[in-house]
Parts: sequence; C-alpha cells; structure tokens
Amino acid sequence: MNYDELINPVVAQLPQSGIRRFFELANEIEDCISLGVGEPDFVTPWYIRDSAVKSVVAGKTQYTSNAGLLQLREMIAKYLDYRFSLSYEPKDEMIVTIGASEAIDLAMRTFISPGDEVIIPDPSYVSYVPNVRLVGGVPVPVKTKVEDDFTLTPQALESAVTPKSKILILPYPNNPTGAIMTAEQLAALVPVIRKHNLIVVSDEIYAELTYEGKHVSIASFEGMKERTVLISGFSKAFAMTGWRVGYVCAPKDVIRQMYKIHQYTIMCAPTASQYAAYEAIKGGFEEDFSSVSEMREAYDKRRRFLVAQFNSMGLDCFTPRGAFYVFPSVKRFYPTGDEFAEKLLYGESVAVVPGGAFGAEGKGHVRCSYAYSLKSLKKACEKIRAFTENLPDNK
Amino acid sequence: MTKFEQEIVKILQEDGRASYKQIAEMLSAGEDKVKAAVEKLEKDGVILKYSAIVADDEFFGDTVQALIEVKVSPMKEKGYDEIAGYVSGFDEVKSLYLMSGAYDLAIFIEAKNLREVARFVSEKLSLINSVQSVATHFILKKYKLSGTTIGAEKERLLIQP
Repeated sequence: MNYDELINPVVAQLPQSGIRRFFELANEIEDCISLGVGEPDFVTPWYIRDSAVKSVVAGKTQYTSNAGLLQLREMIAKYLDYRFSLSYEPKDEMIVTIGASEAIDLAMRTFISPGDEVIIPDPSYVSYVPNVRLVGGVPVPVKTKVEDDFTLTPQALESAVTPKSKILILPYPNNPTGAIMTAEQLAALVPVIRKHNLIVVSDEIYAELTYEGKHVSIASFEGMKERTVLISGFSKAFAMTGWRVGYVCAPKDVIRQMYKIHQYTIMCAPTASQYAAYEAIKGGFEEDFSSVSEMREAYDKRRRFLVAQFNSMGLDCFTPRGAFYVFPSVKRFYPTGDEFAEKLLYGESVAVVPGGAFGAEGKGHVRCSYAYSLKSLKKACEKIRAFTENLPDNK
Repeated sequence: MTKFEQEIVKILQEDGRASYKQIAEMLSAGEDKVKAAVEKLEKDGVILKYSAIVADDEFFGDTVQALIEVKVSPMKEKGYDEIAGYVSGFDEVKSLYLMSGAYDLAIFIEAKNLREVARFVSEKLSLINSVQSVATHFILKKYKLSGTTIGAEKERLLIQP
C-alpha cells in the first residue's frame, strides 16, 4: 500500500529529530558513557512514590476532573505563589496536563491559525518547531548569541517581529544552553512584547534549577500575566519525568479555550500521577522544599566541575546558570557538533548530543547533561580529555 | 564545621577519590584552600578514612558477617563507653554502635568462618562481666550498601531531548 499520498504532508515533512539518529548510533556502542540524557538522575523521592502506591491501593483509579484534581490545582497555586510570587486561581486559570509537553501543544493549538508566526529563541528545546508546524504555524527562529549569554535581547526580538507574529516562546532556563534570563533582561523585553501584542508562552520547566540567583517569571511583570501562558511541571523540580504531570496557567478566557482541547483529546492527566504530584508539593512545604534545594546543590557542584573541565580542555564553555546542561563550543576542533559528537562516540564511547539538534545556532556546539553521578562525570571527562588531546587544533 | 567544609565532606562521601583539583572546581574555590581544609578534616578526625565499598560476594568467599545484639549493664560513672572501648579493640569487630531500644550495643563483625564467630561470642564477648545477653544474626545477602543499591542498573535511555 502506498501511504505517501495518504499521510498528512505536514507530518510527512516533519524531519526526524537530529537526536533520533544519534540515539541509534549510541545504542550500538557497548559500554557507552552517556552525557546525553535530559532528565534528572535522581529517583523520585520516596514519599512521593509512596503516595502514588497508596492512592492505587485505596482504589483511586478513575478519571479525575478534566482540569485535574482540585486539591492538586490548589497546591500548585500555593506553590507558584510561595516560590515565584505568581498568583493563579486554581479553579479557572489552570489545567493539569500530561507533562509540560501537552501544555506546549495546547498553547499552539489554542492560538495559532495557519500562517501565524511563532518566534522561538534558537537554540531551544526540540519540540517547539514541530508543534508549531503541526498546527500550520510558521516557526521563526531568533538567534541567541553566546556574547549575550544566550538570552533573548529586545533588539533581536524586535527584528524578528512581523505583522503575522502571534506568539513568543520564552524557554528559560534554557535547554540546551543552560541560559537564564534575569529580571532586568526580562523587563527589557516587556515593552516590545506589549507593543506588538504578542502572547508569551513561557516554558519554565527548569525554574527550580536556577543557580546563583532566583528564577523570575515573565508573568510577574506588570501587564504581562494577561498575555502569558505559563508552562511548568514536576519532571525536573521533583525528579518525576516518567509520571507525566505538568500544568499550564493562563488567564481564564484562555484556559476556557484550552480546556476544550484538553477535554476532547486527553480527558485528564493520569490519576495516580496527580496524587503523587499533590504529595510532592505538600511534602515540599512541610520541609520548606529542602529536597529540591539539595538536588539543586548537587547539580550546582557538577555544573561548576564540568564547566571548569571543559574550559581546561579547550572546549569553550559559556557558564550556564540554569537547567542541567553545559553547551560548549567545539569549533576549536571541528566545524560542527555533529562531527565532534560522532568522533567522540566512536573514539571514546562517550555520547553527547550535537547542538544542531536544537536549532541552526547550536551547530557548532554539543550539549552535555550533568544529570549524572560525579563518578560518571569524572569518567566521561577523562575520556573527553583523552579525545581532545589527540585532536589537531583547528584554530 | 563551616559550610565549605561540609560541602567538601559531602563530595568525599559520594566519591572518596575526588581529587583536590576536582573538589576545587566543584566548589569554585582554590585548590590550596581545599587541600588545607581536607587535611584539617582528616587531622580533626572528621574524616576517619577512605575505603572501597565492596559488593561482590566472590570477594568475601566464605567470610561470615554478622550483627550481634548485646545487652549490657552500664558501669557506674563510665556508662557504656568503657565496655564499648573494650569491644572495639577486637579485630573482628568492624562497626560498633550504642543503640536505643531493646538492646544496647550493635556489633558488626566479620570472621573467616562460622566457628570464628562462635568463638568470638563464647570466648570473648560472653566473658565480659557486664554482658547480660547476646543475640547473633548472620547476614545472608546484601541489597544496599552506603546508600547504593547493589546491582541496580537504571533503565535510562542513552540520549533524550
């Protein structure tokens, strides 16, 4: 059967993720040491796992309300207020989603008509562009530069805006660069956003993993909550990637529209996961989020270690202040991250992710995750050092 | 203990082989400063020693490990310290704790074989005047040591976005 003429051309033309090909290569290598994973190495804290088990044993196996358990939404509202000074109404300004991923999709489907443009900092997480394309939108990458600490500047934003611009995706702390945006840097964007009547989709999934300072949300600026779709979740802050629970917060007129899509396509986030998420925050309050702080401190040590190591190898490294990635330039040795990553994989059995997977601006870089034990990081660094020492200097 | 010293101890608890340079990088501090702090921690007895935690059964061969619960009557003025000091003098005693609850001392011992454990209990431990009772539990299998689950391979994908 010839499916080519039957498959939706938008789907057919979606490129395979650059990560996918590399994943297959890495899988063939025996005893591969990987720095390629975008999830915490910590197991979900025990009290959270236990609460999910108890909910199942107690027979809480039915659907929850479409927007998610009200008690969970109330907890999320309390949490956002306490941690980031954000105020959202649990009843009508919030939906519990299947990870932040669903929330990204919801935001695009809710706002984008064919031809609408979505401005996306480049490099960024791999799923924004496909999500925009799937709804007929036009992704407009806007270059972020290492000189600007990979932040989005008002000038860069202004130059990307056209009459068709509708959404700005603001993914900070950023995967893959580890960049954050400070309150001052965000404040500088506000006039441009307002002037062009843009909606901001702020993906703040790494908010808790901010080093040297505290995370600030664009929604906390005056006049911004009304035009911000805030996306976050439990995966990174509470080491809960496999549970698939996230949330989206927005003005109630927006949530009302999103709710319809969520209701027809998802019904509700998994019930056991919602009970676990509820307990994650509740338990967090009981210990003033010290587990989160401990995780952050552990990541912070690894971050400093990896940056120092890479810089001493000649892999020029911008100092990331968020998430758990280091994004060194490989240009001293190879023109592209693809070549570097492939040679490193075959030469020393270490897997890192070519930066080009995250957008054209990432091409000369590789992404290394430090969501690994110090032991693994040390081992990987030894091997990468051995690899770079044998390379001719391209400079 | 300073915050800096605590951070160093935490790193070494996870990885006793971390070098001064690596620790310095992790804490964004000078190598000399780290070296001085580690030496002080060692001198003050905060860090007792560095060792390998071995999980492999083959390595231990027929060696027997046991937990011995001991009830003792504390000595006047000296409490438990004197008897604890005496018991820790035996080479086969690997760890020794004073416990709350049903018994007083928990002794972890390692011996070449069963007979040696028996001899330790009957010829050494039970001869101590203040020892009231002894219960010996042999360790059959180890599942988790020093925070690390034995043989637990994490099912993690190699590459993810």
